[in-house]
Amino acid sequence: MIVSLVLNGRPRDVDVLPSETLLTVLRDRLGIFDAKEGCDEGVCGACTVLLDGRPVSSCLLLAPAVRERRVTTVRGLERGGGLHPLQEAFVRHGAVQCGFCTPGMLLTALAFLERHPGATRAQIRTALEGNLCRCTGYAKILDAVEAYAREEGTGG
Amino acid sequence: MHPFEYAAPATVDDALGLLVEHGAEAKVLAGGQSLVPILNYRLAKPRIVVDINDLPLAAIRVEDGRLTLGALVRHHHLEESADVARHCPVLTEAAGLVGNVRVRSLGTLGGSVAHADPAAELPLALVALGARIGVRSARGRRTIEARGFFTGFLSTALAPDELLTEVEVPVMRGAGSAIEEVARRAGDFALVAALAVVGLDRRGRVETARLAFAGVGPTPARVVAAEEALVGQEPSADRLAHAAALAAEGLDPQSDPFASAAYRRLLARVLARRALTRAVVRAMGVL
Repeated sequence: MIVSLVLNGRPRDVDVLPSETLLTVLRDRLGIFDAKEGCDEGVCGACTVLLDGRPVSSCLLLAPAVRERRVTTVRGLERGGGLHPLQEAFVRHGAVQCGFCTPGMLLTALAFLERHPGATRAQIRTALEGNLCRCTGYAKILDAVEAYAREEGTGG
Repeated sequence: MHPFEYAAPATVDDALGLLVEHGAEAKVLAGGQSLVPILNYRLAKPRIVVDINDLPLAAIRVEDGRLTLGALVRHHHLEESADVARHCPVLTEAAGLVGNVRVRSLGTLGGSVAHADPAAELPLALVALGARIGVRSARGRRTIEARGFFTGFLSTALAPDELLTEVEVPVMRGAGSAIEEVARRAGDFALVAALAVVGLDRRGRVETARLAFAGVGPTPARVVAAEEALVGQEPSADRLAHAAALAAEGLDPQSDPFASAAYRRLLARVLARRALTRAVVRAMGVL
């Protein structure tokens, strides 16, 4: 079946099987490797994408269910060919080690900060609790997100 | 995932027709946060998946002292609804404890209730609050009391041709409520969860009490003996601790690789005391 969606701002038609997940479609049909396959049960957060602006596990979304929806992967954060300011904050604070959790961390943090612009470190920590980092780089990830939230908050 | 047919009916009647046609070989897809992991792990092999997300079942209504919630109300809707916060704040609190933020983006009230995980927060809340579950089938409609709806581990009173369409929660004016849980990791199902609802009379004595647990048996369940021990009493710290201990004694939790029966019983006592205490403090605030 053909599913029409808007992927990172661009309309796309994709031929899918109903028994494929969005994660499979992104990786195996579209060659987009932004979302990673971790646990396949929605626990690890590596496959996070935004569906109409909300974080979802792409491993738990059947492909037909994304019809006429907006899907954002980490590539959709690109700003004028460069990194998004939150990505720059990740680089600055050493918040990237192996990188497997990074797309999910970025998307989850941005979706959260959009709704809670003045969030504290404790609130950011709670917002990211469903995204696992096995390099255990949590402290630096929190540093980066917190710094970005502060800069955005002051219009910097 | 095993292959299956897929249908996204546009009306409830169309969905019910598909359930009649395919019976137990059909699986209903709402938020998919329980069903899709089961499909990913090939633990279920439905012939057809009936996606109900196009059905008009996402409304939240307040009328005649009842909060009526459509089956497709998502956990984040419960968390963010001003009506839910005002008329049944413990549901706001319970929804915030469900899974992780991604589960709450897509997961639905109806899906959580129909899946009937014994440690799930929302089934616990519905049993504690005395909710009624509305179901439809091609044969008609019926309403089932929450405590009779959950019949065993991952089992409910729903027949294969029935669709859970809404949940009715009685609004408890003047009562305070709270839910407490311990999970091994953030976002996990609870090892044990306790939910308390306490109403006080004008003299500040307990007029009504509800105390229920999840994670200590195949279904969420109230402990009536503990509730009765509180009614008519001053809600002192000692009384609440006594009721919590009484409740824990009445439970028969099982050991599993994650927690022993003894640890679950200990959690039940501690969490019940905390939930009762917060419920009383909130009830005092609305006196």
